Amino acid sequence: MISKIINFFGESKFQKTRFRALIAVLILVVIADILVTRDHGDFFWDYLPAWSAGFGFVSCVLIIFVSKAIGHQGRIMQDEDYYD
Amino acid sequence: MIEWLHPGLLFIATALIIPLLNVALRRIFLLIIPLIAITSVATMSPGNYGEFTFANVTILMGKVDKLTLVFAWVFTLMSFIGNLFSLHLKNPSEHVAAYLYMGSALCVVFAGDWFSLLVSWEIMAFASAYLIFASHKEAATRAGFRYLLVHVTGGVLLFGGIVLHGLETGSFVFGPLVDENGQGGGIAYTLVLVSFLINAAVPPLNAWLTDAYPEATVTGAVFLSAFTTKTAVYVLIRTFPGTEILIWLGVIMALYGVIYAVLENDCRRLLGYHIVSQVGYMVVGVGIGTEMALNGAGSHAFAHIIYKGLLFMGAGAVIHMTGRRKLTELGGLYRTMPWTVFLYMIGAFAISAFPFFSGFVSKSMVIAAAAGDNRAIIVLMLTVASSGTFLHTGLKLPYYMFFGKDCGLRPIEPPINMLLAMGIAAVLCIGIGVFPNVLYALLPYPVDFVPYTAVHITTSLGILMFTAAGFVLMLKFLDPEKTISLDTDWFYRKGAKVFMWIASKPIASFEGAISNISDTVILKSLRGAATRSLEVDVGLVDGFVNGVARTALFVGTTARRLQTGIVTHYAAAMIIGLALSLSFYFLLWLE
Repeated sequence: MISKIINFFGESKFQKTRFRALIAVLILVVIADILVTRDHGDFFWDYLPAWSAGFGFVSCVLIIFVSKAIGHQGRIMQDEDYYD
Repeated sequence: MIEWLHPGLLFIATALIIPLLNVALRRIFLLIIPLIAITSVATMSPGNYGEFTFANVTILMGKVDKLTLVFAWVFTLMSFIGNLFSLHLKNPSEHVAAYLYMGSALCVVFAGDWFSLLVSWEIMAFASAYLIFASHKEAATRAGFRYLLVHVTGGVLLFGGIVLHGLETGSFVFGPLVDENGQGGGIAYTLVLVSFLINAAVPPLNAWLTDAYPEATVTGAVFLSAFTTKTAVYVLIRTFPGTEILIWLGVIMALYGVIYAVLENDCRRLLGYHIVSQVGYMVVGVGIGTEMALNGAGSHAFAHIIYKGLLFMGAGAVIHMTGRRKLTELGGLYRTMPWTVFLYMIGAFAISAFPFFSGFVSKSMVIAAAAGDNRAIIVLMLTVASSGTFLHTGLKLPYYMFFGKDCGLRPIEPPINMLLAMGIAAVLCIGIGVFPNVLYALLPYPVDFVPYTAVHITTSLGILMFTAAGFVLMLKFLDPEKTISLDTDWFYRKGAKVFMWIASKPIASFEGAISNISDTVILKSLRGAATRSLEVDVGLVDGFVNGVARTALFVGTTARRLQTGIVTHYAAAMIIGLALSLSFYFLLWLE
């Protein structure tokens, strides 16, 4: 049972199925977030449907690019024998 | 009938018995003591226990209130899980160190006065350092000494702060150093705050953690991930609630860990950066200081210890079975280690705050407290950090460690005790997520927070699933690189080299010049004096000197026997020495 679930995420033959499943989940999450009632919010974005989806995606892209830029341009990343 | 059993002292006292037992007995013993400690916490009621007067100061080793119990519960639970995970070890020395470490961490939690807090704090530093030295690799030894260097410095700052605080107030009762509005100041305040921030791994004082934890033993790192930073969170809640600067430091921590985790190639160093990130949420909670925020800090510490332990156990199991720790050298292990993948992923979902996992009910409390305090930027920054947490711990690390490019290794699952320990932690991660009220009932203040609302679930899933979408699209940019990342330990690692250069070059040549002068000028005049004093010397002084020499020889021979070359013995001697000298100065100061 467990290894079947894990295999689904590992085997390359399920790649297309995995991709379709992800798309389906993304669509469902957005639909659910639009349908849900928003009677209480602390900030204006709490009332925007699907706001969190957009924010999550942008955050993810920003984190990757900003970090890699700092790492490479800011010379944070160095050879493994740097301290030797 | 013992009225009250101190779980911390229980661990410290029983630590010394461990080496005397044979392997079978030791294994039973290692699990029974944590169970006794858990029982002791379960039956404990608030109050003051173990109070006595020492040199006119009231020492209170057992101050119990609701906040104490939150940390005591999770520390004792983790002590059982950690010991089960390390049960297969043949050498008892790591167990002794772990017992001392857990015991002293619990002593910090129960400390009602600054003096017993300080002593426990110091034992914690030395006992935990052994878990790094125990790797017996050169890199680990070096990292261990750097770890000690930082923590001894922190201990000295704390000592200074406590003495000054005692002088200013005349009181040693462990309690807030700020007023109701979070305001405070002075040298004592600053010294204590900095020493606590060191242990909480707040940047730029964070590098000891990410430097040393990945070098620790597989089993040692599980203990390390649980106790040091969380005792720091505990003492911050006690002493600095509502301190504004902590909010900003906490947000910086949360993002700092996330940024470094992108760059990291070592699996446990990546997890270490996520300790920094997660402790950031707790530090934000302490900084906001409202009842909900402090509840959030406490509950997140509780959830964090369990899921972080689980993640370190998962990564540790991989290192234990493959001997590799770099993501560039791992991959494809899911074929033969499905249970490890499965249990690791439960920890990953918990840290990422998926609904029905523990992080969902604790992390969101801190964010809700920030929102309730009208701090929009803090809320947004912490939400970015949440996305980053799932990106690394839930996607990048498992992808490159278990899936991704096949490294060709086919390791079997780790020993059963390791899997069981991970299983218990996984059950707790889900249990807390599904039944949050059990955890909420432990919290110091009444909880006015409902995590499971439809909108909270859909927004959380929105952030997490679209982070996953970003991960899939950006995968090629995330490939780990064979690099190390420079952190603030650069200053003392490079600084030490500069120091050694100054010691060997300018100072050595200066010393050479001085000795030249003394050879040519001073020695000649001395020689004359020496000839005359020889006459006196032979007759009178020799008898005395020979006597002294014989005594010195005897002391030397005895002392040589004490030099065992074993780090634990030295560490024990240092702890005893430290405790004695602290007590000495303490008494001197009281006079």
